[in-house]
Amino acid sequence: MSGPSLMDSLFQRTLEDLIKGLRQQLIGEQAFISKALEEIRKEIKSTDLSTKSTALLKLCYLSNLHFHDMSFAAFHALEVLSSPRFSHKKIAYHAISLSFHDSTPVLLLITNHLRKDLTSTNEFEVSLSLQCLSRIANVDLARDLTPEVFTLLSSNKLYVRKRAVAVVLRVFEKYPDSVRVCFKRLVENLENYDPQILSAVVGVFSELACKDPRSYLPLAPEFYKILVDSKSNWISIKVLKIFAKLAPLEPRLSNRVVEPICDLMRKTGAKSLLFECVRTVVTSFSEYESAVRLAVGKIREFLVDEDPNLKYLGLHALSIVASKHLWVVSENKEVVIKSLSDPDPNIKIESLRLVMAMVSEHNVAEISKVLVNYALKSDPLFCNEILGSILSTCSRNVYEIIVDFDWYVSLLGEMSRIPHCQMGEEIENQLIDIGLRVKDVRLELVRVARDLLIDPALLGNSFLHRVLSAAAWVSGEYVEFSRNPLELMEALLQPRTSLLPPSIMAIYIQSAFKVLVFCLHTCFVRGGSTAGVSASASYESFDDLSIENGAGSTVAHGQTCTSAPITNESIVNLLKLVELALSPLLGSHDVEVQERARNLLGFVDLIKLEALNSLGQEENDSEQKGVEATKIIRLVHDAFSKELGPVSLSAQGKVPVPDGLTLNENLGDLETICSDIELPSSNTFSFGYPSEEKDVSSFSNLQIKEDSGQSNESTSLLAEHRKRHGLYYLPSGKNEVISNDYPPANDPALQGDNNDTASDLVKLTAESLVPKRKPNHSKPRPVVVKLDEADEKPVAVKHPESRDDSLSGAVRDILFGSEDILPTSSRSNLPSSNRKGKEKQHMITQVESKENVVGDGNSSSRRRKDHSHGKERRHRKKNAEERNETDRKEKESSSNHPRRHKSRQRAEEPLKVPPQTSVIPDFLL
Amino acid sequence: MGIRFILMVNKQGQTRLAQYYEWLTLEERRALEGEIVRKCLARNEQQCSFVEHRNYKIVYRRYASLFFLVGVDNDENELAILEFIHLLVETMDRHFGNVCELDIMFHLEKAHFMLEEMVMNGSIVETSKANILSPIQLMDKAS
Repeated sequence: MSGPSLMDSLFQRTLEDLIKGLRQQLIGEQAFISKALEEIRKEIKSTDLSTKSTALLKLCYLSNLHFHDMSFAAFHALEVLSSPRFSHKKIAYHAISLSFHDSTPVLLLITNHLRKDLTSTNEFEVSLSLQCLSRIANVDLARDLTPEVFTLLSSNKLYVRKRAVAVVLRVFEKYPDSVRVCFKRLVENLENYDPQILSAVVGVFSELACKDPRSYLPLAPEFYKILVDSKSNWISIKVLKIFAKLAPLEPRLSNRVVEPICDLMRKTGAKSLLFECVRTVVTSFSEYESAVRLAVGKIREFLVDEDPNLKYLGLHALSIVASKHLWVVSENKEVVIKSLSDPDPNIKIESLRLVMAMVSEHNVAEISKVLVNYALKSDPLFCNEILGSILSTCSRNVYEIIVDFDWYVSLLGEMSRIPHCQMGEEIENQLIDIGLRVKDVRLELVRVARDLLIDPALLGNSFLHRVLSAAAWVSGEYVEFSRNPLELMEALLQPRTSLLPPSIMAIYIQSAFKVLVFCLHTCFVRGGSTAGVSASASYESFDDLSIENGAGSTVAHGQTCTSAPITNESIVNLLKLVELALSPLLGSHDVEVQERARNLLGFVDLIKLEALNSLGQEENDSEQKGVEATKIIRLVHDAFSKELGPVSLSAQGKVPVPDGLTLNENLGDLETICSDIELPSSNTFSFGYPSEEKDVSSFSNLQIKEDSGQSNESTSLLAEHRKRHGLYYLPSGKNEVISNDYPPANDPALQGDNNDTASDLVKLTAESLVPKRKPNHSKPRPVVVKLDEADEKPVAVKHPESRDDSLSGAVRDILFGSEDILPTSSRSNLPSSNRKGKEKQHMITQVESKENVVGDGNSSSRRRKDHSHGKERRHRKKNAEERNETDRKEKESSSNHPRRHKSRQRAEEPLKVPPQTSVIPDFLL
Repeated sequence: MGIRFILMVNKQGQTRLAQYYEWLTLEERRALEGEIVRKCLARNEQQCSFVEHRNYKIVYRRYASLFFLVGVDNDENELAILEFIHLLVETMDRHFGNVCELDIMFHLEKAHFMLEEMVMNGSIVETSKANILSPIQLMDKAS
């Protein structure tokens, strides 16, 4: 490719031509742009700076609006930057601030250009380079240009100075050590009365105070003055933001500030400022009753306003108040509820949040009812928003606010039937979770599950599949609560289940398996052998099946309540049904479905003949012939009837160490040997099926103990396993133990605790004699199993960024006067620049001491620390005089003396006194 | 950083000006603008001007065929940002005389310059129309 010729430069298209051209392209826009880009690539190599800059300008346009990469032009931008002409420079700066970022390779080359322009006499050039610096500054640039920025901070050209102030924020952020150089001058600018400067400097401080408010407490007097004097709404808003951060840290400060803020709130006509006052009061001054009342009055005005913006903000402010003063929300309940049907989705969501904030265990039922009605009427998006927030609110803190679980479970069922419902996954989790945790609700749970399963229409809705899978699991697992297992079986095997995805299909088949075993077991145990009764102690009540509870009114927990008796014919039909429904699935493409179908059919094959025979022959010979089948059925039934309790994440830690086991010896060697058998061991741990022999399980516990002590590998496996089966673990974070704890699987301390379960059952059957009323609110809250969690919770402490840390550290050093301690990093890493900084500091302190009229005599020897004190004192006096508050003044002056004394002391031993604790109070007004 | 970005978008969803105060790659920008435009342009006049998006807020306002969208931190004052947008429009109006989409298209650089006068490093530094426009007028005269 040859360089651009003179002709190219002469007939170069300007940006305007480019835009016009673009506008004429209706379809071939992309082609036009790529042609233009080709031209630009050529033109930008030109030696003529005007051609180059025009090309750059066009490139900026394409990059800004049409997302075309312009990083290839980085070096060319620098070339244009060196042009003596201002118009070229402007284009170059524009391009640089649009396209440069921290990893642009030529960033190193820009330092000198910037330095030159920062020291230029043309204020516009200075401003351009400052603007650019605020966009692209990285650590190096910030460090190298700190002296220039420092000089500009006290420039006598306002235009330049305000920009220098604004750029300081970025410089501080990137290179915290610059604080030592510039902070003093930045603070001086706070005292400037020019609104331009003030607006910039207040903006900088409000950003700084956001990150680390405590460091800026000493500047409170300055901010206070600005708050009281400010004429500009923008500045007031920013100062309010600063006070919102500072006030919670220092009660005396908030005492002083709350009145001026309330004044402002009463007087101002600007809605923006008014809202800021309201927000400041409700976030940071919520303990001042009168201020809050005033703010709430204003919020109400917002709420009833026609303007949707004000309404939204009113609701938003309410949601801030809600955390501390719930009465405010209840007071405005009508407006909030009405906003649920607002045309604006954002307002609706905001009011939904508020409604959810009002929920307590007393009103959860009514509120949910109202919300579900709203959900039925509203669009899919908001409908799911409602359902999601109901689900998350109700499940918060292990269903803290739910008293009546029967109601909640039926609500879950109702919610999943709402046409737009897409919360299947969450509902699935909660159905299973409640089933595991709350014993008393299982009856209702199974009823809800049955209603869901039996409705063939639901199978067509793909959003419901997850719910159906939970329903299937629940009805399989807790089939003993079912009124009609046969009906359940039909539901599980109905033809439309072919609409389900294979993974859920597999759950259906597995549940069908459980139901079938249950039916057979019921039938056979009832049908004859005495051996069956003693084996399954938990189902002794089958003998009383003659109590045909047709309407199911005397349904009791823990007792079977089959309303339709399982007869011999029904068993025969059942087996037929299974064979009919599952044989096609043997050819399923999904291995899981295929395998489960095969399992179930295999089981049917195994028992069919004998079962049918024994049934056919009735009483005669059954003892002998049916015994095989009975045995199998009992075995499988036992396998299924073991309760699957939730497993605590920290259950492992609770396993006691057996005697004579030394955990600390030589197990490092074992690790290598055992590494391949560790996976199975962790599996047995979490799913303790009763078929396991006791000594096996205790062995596995032992092994686990070893694992947890020694092997990282196995813990990672375990973690992985937990992740995979997260559903069966409870979230950690609960410390309370509830007495009626389920035995965590394989916990030897609780294992084999048959006496307990037996006595429980006795209790339950005793209870069952008492006629139960329909559940209502007087019913005590059922036990919700929570597990005792150890402190395994992942430590969620957010580590503040080291950079921020060093920034606030530096700020504190300046403000609190421990400047002698420089961070080691700055000493070791950047000695040269640091020295420069130090020289500057000396310079400042000297200048300061000249300016400082009130300063003590020995100030120069005590450096900046004392200046700040001196200055502070000056302020205090001024403020006190201005306000003419004699009593306060007296108080202050009396407190002055010890402080002066203290400060002198500190000057002598600056390292020993933790600065912020002793200094802050003294700075207050 | 109070203001994260300022966008001007026309009714068709084409970006007419984009100013970011934090570095985003072109791909991130394209995705962001797409999402925001879809979210905001679908809203009507009766709905409020604030939209929550990801972890920040968008304050927008429509003037004729042009939408002004400002992305701000969550604790920024929404009403003040609306006032800022209005100020921006007034300033442009004063400079271009009854500003329209075409003015911004053909004077993109100037519009950027005005924004730079008003906002630096994500915070508003200048709120006086005269102060914003005087350097631009000077430069116009010079060139």
